[in-house]
Amino acid sequence: MHSFGYRANALLTFSLTALAFICAIASFSDNFSNQNPSAEIQIVNINRFKKQSYGNDEVSLTLDITADLQSLFTWNTKQVFAFVAAEYETPKNSLNQVSLWDAIIPDKEHAKFRVQTSNKYRFIDQGHNLRGKEFNLTLHWHVMPKTGKMFADKIVMPGYSLPDAYK
Amino acid sequence: MGYIGETIDSIKSIQIRQLLTQAISLGMIVTSALIIWKALMCVTGSESPVVVVLSGSMEPGFKRGDILFLHMSKDPIRAGEIVVFNVDGRDIPIVHRVIKVHERDNTGEVDVLTKGDNNYGDDRLLYAEGQQWLHRHHIMGRAVGFLPYVGWVTIIMTEKPIIKYILIGALGLLVITSKD
Repeated sequence: MHSFGYRANALLTFSLTALAFICAIASFSDNFSNQNPSAEIQIVNINRFKKQSYGNDEVSLTLDITADLQSLFTWNTKQVFAFVAAEYETPKNSLNQVSLWDAIIPDKEHAKFRVQTSNKYRFIDQGHNLRGKEFNLTLHWHVMPKTGKMFADKIVMPGYSLPDAYK
Repeated sequence: MGYIGETIDSIKSIQIRQLLTQAISLGMIVTSALIIWKALMCVTGSESPVVVVLSGSMEPGFKRGDILFLHMSKDPIRAGEIVVFNVDGRDIPIVHRVIKVHERDNTGEVDVLTKGDNNYGDDRLLYAEGQQWLHRHHIMGRAVGFLPYVGWVTIIMTEKPIIKYILIGALGLLVITSKD
């Protein structure tokens, strides 16, 4: 009953259980944080708007993104993944979401930022429906914890539109 | 030397009934582990409710050796979700983030493009020949939670199978020589 084997086994089991319990509580504590992130996006310029050789529309634009995501960081946060997506509807597709830019925010200091950038990923439609198209720009964030449950949310900013003619 | 003598003595003194009892308790442990695994599969709706991260393509969020808890629901797939998918013809699942979604109006079918956070380009190079988009049936689950470092056990056992055999051998020896 008091051999080395029994003691080692009991120690291992107890420490694993305690670790699992601590991870669960750490994750649970994330539910109590107050979160109020804010963001604003402006389209600075439409650089290119053309129809590709296979018939799909492609847009290249420059965005000015201001955001304050500092309230999302808790002690259990490893990083926040933020991205901006354009959402719009076409006759064939009820929903299109195209990610234009993303960033990994490693800590609270970097979470309040302003960046002006052209779209990181190509904005290509399935078809040629983008002329005069109205779309929403959404800033999504994905909180990746040190342990436990991940959660995500977004801010939807409606009211952006593309020009009526190719450029 | 005394310990080895004891071990040999205890192996010699095994009776059939005791051996059978121990075999049955070992079987119970294995079976209950299997029951828990299958129950997890039912609850999360996914074929593999827990996966180990094998590559560094989602760093710094998920490092090699972390484990991810998956959940699959009928909810539509949306941009930003971290999904686990199988490419036709490959058996290793890939865990990446959805960056583009095009959902059909009438049928509800969806075209999805994914990319690893730490990769430069999107996953079109990883898809099957000629495939531009993923569809719903490729996706095995969404990652909803994660635990760091726990997956190293699986990685070590897969990449150096000798450790697996040593562990099983040691466990077997423990079972045989334990006095209860």
